[in-house]
Amino acid sequence: MTEYMLILVSTILVNNFVLVQFLGLCPFMGVSNKLETAIGMSLATTFVLTLSSVCSYLAFEYLLSPLGLEYLQTITFILVIAVVVQFTEIVVRKTSPLLYRVLGIFLPLITTNCAVLGVALLNIKKQNGFVESITYGFGAAVGFSLVLVLFSAMRERIAVADVPKPFEGSAIGMITAGLMSLAFLGFTGLVNI
Amino acid sequence: MALMNITSPHAHGPRKTATLMRVVVITTLPGLFALTWFFGWGNLINVVWCSIIALAAEALVLLIRKRPLAFYLKDYSALVTGVLLGLALPPLAPWWVSLVAVAFAIIIAKHLYGGMGYNPFNPAMVGFALVLISFPVAMTTSWAAPASLLENPMSFFETLGTIFGFGSQAIDAFTMATPLDIYKHEIGHSIAQDVTQNPVFGAYVAHGWEWVNLAFLAGGLFLLIKKVFTWHTPVSMLIALTIMSLAFGWDADQATPPLLHLFAGATMLGAFYIATDPVTSAVSPQGKIIYGAGIGILTYVIRAYGSYPDAIAFAVLLMNFAAPLIDTYTQPRTYGYAKAKRGAKEAE
Repeated sequence: MTEYMLILVSTILVNNFVLVQFLGLCPFMGVSNKLETAIGMSLATTFVLTLSSVCSYLAFEYLLSPLGLEYLQTITFILVIAVVVQFTEIVVRKTSPLLYRVLGIFLPLITTNCAVLGVALLNIKKQNGFVESITYGFGAAVGFSLVLVLFSAMRERIAVADVPKPFEGSAIGMITAGLMSLAFLGFTGLVNI
Repeated sequence: MALMNITSPHAHGPRKTATLMRVVVITTLPGLFALTWFFGWGNLINVVWCSIIALAAEALVLLIRKRPLAFYLKDYSALVTGVLLGLALPPLAPWWVSLVAVAFAIIIAKHLYGGMGYNPFNPAMVGFALVLISFPVAMTTSWAAPASLLENPMSFFETLGTIFGFGSQAIDAFTMATPLDIYKHEIGHSIAQDVTQNPVFGAYVAHGWEWVNLAFLAGGLFLLIKKVFTWHTPVSMLIALTIMSLAFGWDADQATPPLLHLFAGATMLGAFYIATDPVTSAVSPQGKIIYGAGIGILTYVIRAYGSYPDAIAFAVLLMNFAAPLIDTYTQPRTYGYAKAKRGAKEAE
């Protein structure tokens, strides 16, 4: 149990995928203009990330590994992620048309979220087991969601600030992300995984 | 956004930003005096040096942005950033550490967001965290040893020489790790009784530090009585820190005891002068309590389990980061209206 807690603390705070490992920056900058969309995006990403880390683990363990095709892992994982995203899209469309409309183009774009592929590959690299892979994926997603939601609330505030012309929009967003990453360095050493 | 408060009564107080900032600076003087008394001239020199850079950096940005110079310089907000950094940085930190910290604080953390009132992060703490991460050696080995523990403490000019890099003092003879740092590293292979034999812990909690913290506490309480800020943030922060250290560090042989947490680091300076910054903290009373408690909890977690001996700067930055979201969810209900609903709204 402790082991899984450590994985969660590590992926959410210490090795946060966005602010410490710099993965998944495109949705982080792209979907953070409004709090509502950010919350929807983070829920969808949490679902996809957890599911895809499970599926990619199964695909690697029971398909690629027995056949000796480990070198195909990247391309297989991209396929697996695309399938999971498509599946999520169909489900969201039927169950919550509202969320589907709010998310719009960003739902298919989860496919290109490098954090999703990153988690799948890191799971293999770290030789995580089945439950560890789920925990790792879920932790990464929670870390991503936490940072995305906090960041979007902050961007709503910065949007009304008297920012100098050259720094308006994404530029000040990038600087804010940098300062946030500075703050997250405070967690260094909390857990060593 | 210019939101004018024009509801009646139309009486207005004489408390301009400049007056408040001046009061804040003046109430730090007891703390500065205690720091100088116990740890030598370092902090005094740092405060002056940091204030000069802060005002110069502010003036530079205002010139570039073609804003009225005198109007903004006279609100003393840059001075407060400079003074707080001067108090927070290690007394014998080299001049370029202070320069980088203050310039980064004023130019990047404050003015890129549009200047006073817009910055989402506390400028002083951004500067502090930046130099702590970039120059870890200078930031951990520049803490002055209590002057009374030295055979011949540094004179004013020796300190000046050490900070600005002239003269030939062997700085190691005058520095010492902070009590929090020592306790954290010694307690792993020793018991409380042996650790506190170290003269740095003095008679009560930590030599010198206890008086510095009490001085900041006194200054903070004065500001509280003068209603410069409300009680919510500092009180909830100190309570959260105390509860955390009682819950997880009750055994002094295992972890740093509560009193050391409260009176040995930058706790009081952080609670009353840094966490209470009205721009970067949450706004509503409820929000301030969550914000303050978050700082207390994070401070304990990072101090106890992280790799940094003191954590006020990181805890404040992390909660600054969370403050807008806290504000979103703790908006007070307007009288006569139902509470606003939040969540995914119908996209128009």
